[in-house]
Amino acid sequence: MEALDIYNRAKQSFGDKILEIVDKKPDPWMVVEPSALVEVCESLKNDAGFAFDCLSNESGVDYKDRIEVVYHLFSYQHRHQAVLKVKLPREGATVPTLEKVWASANWMEREIYDLLGVNFEGHSDLRRLLMPEDWIGHPLRKDFVEPLEYHGISTVRESAVIRLK
Amino acid sequence: MSTLRTEEMTLNMGPQHPSTHGVLRFIVRADGEVMREAIPDVGYLHRSIEKIAEKVGYHGFMPYTDRVDYVCAMFTNQGWGMASEKLGKIEVPRRGEYCRVIAAEFNRLASHLLSVGTMAMDIGAITPFTHALREREMINDLIEELCGARLTFNYMRIGGVAFDLPPGWREKALAYLDHLEPILSEYDMLISFNKIYIERLANVGVITAQEAIDYNLVGPNLRACGIKWDIRKDIPYSVYPDFEFDVPIGNGEWGQLGDSMDRYMVRVHEMRESVKILRQALKQIPAGPVLAKVPRNFKPPAGECQVRVESARGDMGWYAVSDGTGYPWRVHVRTGSFAAMGIVQKLSRGLMIADLVTLIASLDVIAPEIDR
Repeated sequence: MEALDIYNRAKQSFGDKILEIVDKKPDPWMVVEPSALVEVCESLKNDAGFAFDCLSNESGVDYKDRIEVVYHLFSYQHRHQAVLKVKLPREGATVPTLEKVWASANWMEREIYDLLGVNFEGHSDLRRLLMPEDWIGHPLRKDFVEPLEYHGISTVRESAVIRLK
Repeated sequence: MSTLRTEEMTLNMGPQHPSTHGVLRFIVRADGEVMREAIPDVGYLHRSIEKIAEKVGYHGFMPYTDRVDYVCAMFTNQGWGMASEKLGKIEVPRRGEYCRVIAAEFNRLASHLLSVGTMAMDIGAITPFTHALREREMINDLIEELCGARLTFNYMRIGGVAFDLPPGWREKALAYLDHLEPILSEYDMLISFNKIYIERLANVGVITAQEAIDYNLVGPNLRACGIKWDIRKDIPYSVYPDFEFDVPIGNGEWGQLGDSMDRYMVRVHEMRESVKILRQALKQIPAGPVLAKVPRNFKPPAGECQVRVESARGDMGWYAVSDGTGYPWRVHVRTGSFAAMGIVQKLSRGLMIADLVTLIASLDVIAPEIDR
């Protein structure tokens, strides 16, 4: 199925839980109500017509006024893919975890929590993945300012070009 | 009769450990030699490459993509190139696509040689490693002649490749393939069918097809579970539809389907397929330009896309968001090693400590690719 057909069929069965279908090139997407995310994803996975057996990518984007979590679903059976998004407020961004629907969500959600500060409700092991445990802030947020030092180690390097002069 | 009292141990493995293929740490909870669990601790090689992309612009990001996975940098180059081209609706000239495929398949050979070589070394056979690296050196020489670098290539550009094949390079490349093919059989005799080697790999770290999809395993790790799936064939990109090649899958020949031996054998067979592709590509390569005209100040229209490339470690997904300026708003790369690392904790339960090394090697995990 083409992505837009998938979204229109989902809109028929879920109604208001699908907030928006955005037909934008190259990849269109649909926006899902955060509280209905697990329900929508479960039926996208279990419905034989969709059969999205794989969560191929999950990432987050900071748009300055909101944070979006993006899900790329893929079906090995039908070879089609769909893009789902949820829009969250920047302060206290929270979305239910999809770990129980697709196991691969576990690590990808830990990464988004770490780098963008999105809280995944019900996640079994929500710890920082890439940054040190005691790191403050979430580096992929647009307003993140890198601290000048970390445990006494400077994060600023003298420019080699200046030294040559 | 009183039973012997045993106690659980918590051991640290890494970050600097010869078999972890980069800087990678495990916290191992073990009862004697049997692990209760191995908890991976990653992030030692995190260089915020995705954040850098937001600062350096589309063309400027190309050399950084090499560092995402320095063992097969051609594919990260290609992934970024394809994502930018899809956003900016740029068509790559056919010769450019052929150059990309040739460079990428040579890189796949180099990566798989390193993978199977280090796998043997991790298990305790040092000699095959030196043989594999000797062959890989020759590929590095070829690629060096092509683009001037041996590891971080920066060969591709948005819209094609930086350099055409140098004069006489095609003949050299074909001569190398003639040299490599018998060596692959020799390599099989040296290590693949060695009884000790098979016993160390067979039935270790078995992954079912269901688990593999659930954990989003990709590439050789997925194919070893018996799933015939290759992005080059199933969601074709570049000029791959022009070539005839097979997709080797695991068959449980030496133990259970989806064990470490299957993952190893899939890589060995894939090298032969790469040789097939290379022979056809070097023969069919058309004349023409290698690089499309792309403005230096490249500003793709606002929008977002995901492209998928079959790298040596499997389906690599590049997600790029453009806001219409010269700098990408967001870039995310989902790599094969990241997915493979997510399943290690589950597979480690009940495994011997020595088999953890086998498991990591068989998943072909590259630490910088996990951390980015």
